[in-house]
Amino acid sequence: MNTARHTIDVCAVLRSAVNQTYGNLLTRPTGMAVRHQIERELAAIREGGITSLDFSHIGMMDYSCADEVVAKLLVLLENDDPTRGGYVVFLGIGEDHLELVESVLKHHGLALVCMCDGSPQLIGAVSEAERRAWEMVRLRGRAAPAELADEFGFGEDFVAEVLDALSRRRLVRRASGAYIALGAVDAVQ
Amino acid sequence: MTVVISVPSSLDDQTFEQVLEQLAPLPADAKILVDARYTTWASPYGLTALLTLAQTREVKPLFQGPEKDDTASYWSRANFFKYAEELFEMHGKVPGLRTGDSGALLEITPVSRSDDVHTVVERIQTKAAAIITNNLHLESRAVMGFAMTLSEACQNIVEHAGRGGWVAVQNYNYRKRMGRQIVQIAVAGARRAPAAHRPLGRRHRHRGRPAGRHEPLSRPWPRPGLQGHQGLRDQVGRQGRRAQRHFARGNRARMGR
Repeated sequence: MNTARHTIDVCAVLRSAVNQTYGNLLTRPTGMAVRHQIERELAAIREGGITSLDFSHIGMMDYSCADEVVAKLLVLLENDDPTRGGYVVFLGIGEDHLELVESVLKHHGLALVCMCDGSPQLIGAVSEAERRAWEMVRLRGRAAPAELADEFGFGEDFVAEVLDALSRRRLVRRASGAYIALGAVDAVQ
Repeated sequence: MTVVISVPSSLDDQTFEQVLEQLAPLPADAKILVDARYTTWASPYGLTALLTLAQTREVKPLFQGPEKDDTASYWSRANFFKYAEELFEMHGKVPGLRTGDSGALLEITPVSRSDDVHTVVERIQTKAAAIITNNLHLESRAVMGFAMTLSEACQNIVEHAGRGGWVAVQNYNYRKRMGRQIVQIAVAGARRAPAAHRPLGRRHRHRGRPAGRHEPLSRPWPRPGLQGHQGLRDQVGRQGRRAQRHFARGNRARMGR
């Protein structure tokens, strides 16, 4: 499995795709232009790899732009051929942006994995069972449904179903019958 | 014949209704003189709405500005005359363009393209941060909410107004009167009436009435998709008339404590 990691600096994309002087993600047309460039870069590098989208250098972000850059990108990934792989982890989404991004995600029923203070966090619209299963995989780095069934309190099939759903949403990676947390790529190597 | 439209001495989102009431019986191609000679105070809403009013007219309206020097001077520093001269035929004394500090967070600024939204937010960012954190004592996160509100409201102009629009932001110290400071964002844009609003005029004509004579002065407008603006009150309304052809539209948001 390809475990290569790539980072896309969203601010650099903004400046190259729209305007050299911009530092804020504002307006829908701007978001659309940024997303299209990210899509092109993802298509070139993903094939199973994990791509980090780095928002650290973004100043402000509005709802329309977050909707274009974050939500529509996730919809595209979710609808893509699952065998192609391709995972995205979000970096540098500060507290100021977090509320906005969560609101966009919940509006569309989406979720993403975001690195906060060095550890992965799941934000957006997920069920209690999905969140719990995701947390259990995150703590272990890698886990099979049978390993989680006892702690989860339900049968292995149920856990497998929940983890499969997370995998389809590209919130965990599936590899050889186990599931791997996105922030714990080293566990697979 | 030129119809005189009197501007109230204090012009804001409430008193602008008086302007609309005077416009209501007039067709869009009627020659009008907007008489602001006795106006002594105007909010950002009032000033942007006057410019929008001019955009909705089919015949360039005449304009007479405030007689009081300090009022005219403020309007000039707020960039009102800079844009009014393009939209109105100016009568009487017009103050020269002044570049001094109007005290506004953002002087009247035209918005017609996405790039304008970036410019507006970037221009206001530093000033807004200082006022929101130092004067209003709100969390720094409120700066983000403020910029987001401004951005989304301006985008409504780009996406929905057919003729561009205007934005202006002013902060007021109402400590004596209301015990608080407020920031007022005014966004106004002129647009064509949606198709759903047009049949009313035709229906009247079918009944043999003059077009538009019995139309309401203002109509409810669909709320724009300003999502994620919790905590900020926005008001949408004040549609100018000659409703079957053009509308003036204003949004106002206030925040404060």
